[in-house]
Amino acid sequence: MQLVVVSGGTSDPSSTRMLADRITARVLDRAEQAGLEVDTAVVELRPLAAELASAQVTGFAPPAVAEAIATLAKADALIVATPVYKAGVSGLVKSFFDVVDQDVLIAVPTVLAATAGTSRHALVADEQLRSLLAYLRALTTPTSVFAAQEDWGTSGLSDRVDRAAHELVVLAAADVKAAMRDAGTRYNRVFGGAAEGADEIEFDTDLMRLATGGPSVVPPVRPV
Amino acid sequence: MQFGVFSVGDVTRNPVTGETPSEAERIRNVLAIARKTEEVGLDVFAFGEHHNPPFMSSSPTTLLAAVAAQTEKLVVSTSTTLITTNDPVRIAEDYAMLQHVSGGRMDLMLGRGNTAPVYPWFGQDIRQSLPLALEHYNLLHRLWREDVVDWQGRYRTPLQGFTSTPRPLDDVPPFVWHGSIRTPEIAEQAAYYGDGFFANHIFWPSEHSKRLIDFYRTRFEHHGHGTREQAIVGLGGQAFIAKTSQEAHDRFRPYFDEAPVYGNGPRMEDFARQTPLSVGSPQEVIDKTLTFRETFGDYQRQLFLVDHAGLPIEMVLEQLELLGGEVVPVLRKELDALRPATVPDAPTHASLVKAKYGDAEPRQPRPNANRGDNVTGGSPYQDTDERDGAAA
Repeated sequence: MQLVVVSGGTSDPSSTRMLADRITARVLDRAEQAGLEVDTAVVELRPLAAELASAQVTGFAPPAVAEAIATLAKADALIVATPVYKAGVSGLVKSFFDVVDQDVLIAVPTVLAATAGTSRHALVADEQLRSLLAYLRALTTPTSVFAAQEDWGTSGLSDRVDRAAHELVVLAAADVKAAMRDAGTRYNRVFGGAAEGADEIEFDTDLMRLATGGPSVVPPVRPV
Repeated sequence: MQFGVFSVGDVTRNPVTGETPSEAERIRNVLAIARKTEEVGLDVFAFGEHHNPPFMSSSPTTLLAAVAAQTEKLVVSTSTTLITTNDPVRIAEDYAMLQHVSGGRMDLMLGRGNTAPVYPWFGQDIRQSLPLALEHYNLLHRLWREDVVDWQGRYRTPLQGFTSTPRPLDDVPPFVWHGSIRTPEIAEQAAYYGDGFFANHIFWPSEHSKRLIDFYRTRFEHHGHGTREQAIVGLGGQAFIAKTSQEAHDRFRPYFDEAPVYGNGPRMEDFARQTPLSVGSPQEVIDKTLTFRETFGDYQRQLFLVDHAGLPIEMVLEQLELLGGEVVPVLRKELDALRPATVPDAPTHASLVKAKYGDAEPRQPRPNANRGDNVTGGSPYQDTDERDGAAA
């Protein structure tokens, strides 16, 4: 399975990346126990900062960002780690997901992680990252991992890391992604995007019949 | 192969002088640009349609009729005509009239328009944009081919016994291009009818346009209009030319940096590397433009954007001199040499007349005396008996 780790940390070493690495290590341990072979790819967002700024105004992904999106599109499991700035997800992380195709992460098991200088930001992963990934239709694990400065020396953090890793491996081992994508459920896809199957075109639709001179279609939304 | 320019009719502040032209000035300049396009030996002038400031391009057929009157060989076209917010009946009438007054020197390109507030101004809803465009075009296609149309759809008042007048010149409908960025249904509709397909091909990497063009080519063949190589493809492009590469960069940079759409974002060099934009000497522009054929296959029409970003009229006219004088003659020669004889040129009125009638005389519809409607009588035209019989 392909594990992808997205880290929005900006310093070196970054505590966000360190948290992501701890989760990754536990995922690899547990995957091995489950008999899963794992390839890990890390997407560091800091080197993409300038391209991401450009992508915000041009609407297309420059080469390094496009490569990161292509990596994301191959993920069977995902870890997203963000620092908390001003009580929110880092702008860098948000900028990245803003330009990611909205159909590349459908049903991808995902661990959410956040770091902060104070435990007062403890809900940012659950309240902000989780809704962001929900919009992208990823399958987030019940346990998210938050680490404030005071958490680094505690066993509580290790317990949460382990629990999140366990949940991710259970979902990945069950191949929930493939099962959901193949269940005959039609997910909206953007033609020409980076998602798996994005170039497959459905001809048996009302719109395609209309395109070939067929009858008018009942609109999904009534005109105002 | 046809070469030309396309404009969206924006009235943009010149970032170097800080001055914004008046609407009157910009409209005069656009006419001058169109005349220059013919003078330097280019084939096509296409003009956009917008219904909100800072654009002045709300009435394309009026402007294009003036252009046609001031030129002799130039083909006037659109970039694009809004198939969503315009009534297809008015498109049929307006563009048939343009076809007559220009002597057939016209075609048009349809697009959906992506400015949400414009839709309700015309009684439409952008959420319905795609089915609206598809339905409207199905109607437009019939209005130019059937003397009398009965029609009922979802987005427009039904028609009973309607005749769109004037009938197209020589009873040959204007050629239509469909413009789209990433909507397979639009490419499918273009392929189904054997119409042309145009990729804006300015603001995004070529790869973005390639997948849809490949799809259109495949479906053009599927629907029996010829081989995929014979599909009618047009591309946009953007160039700024100077004698030397350095001079082109220096002169264009202040305009690029503050251009609408991509300004204040990527560096010009990065944007030129990632998108079809070329900024450089005539040879550099030639080289980059030749890569389009490698990416998309032989194609029929290349339009350049030259009058945007607040460039002053003097610079635009100079760009046209360089484009027509030094770039396009080489491109014509190289691309014509590479193109197999089986790949057709873009249709023109003459070629469409020839295809329909061979050496016979084209139909010239003469109306019967006015009855006020087409429902109760026979044919509205003298050469057909049946009420709904187009003399095809």
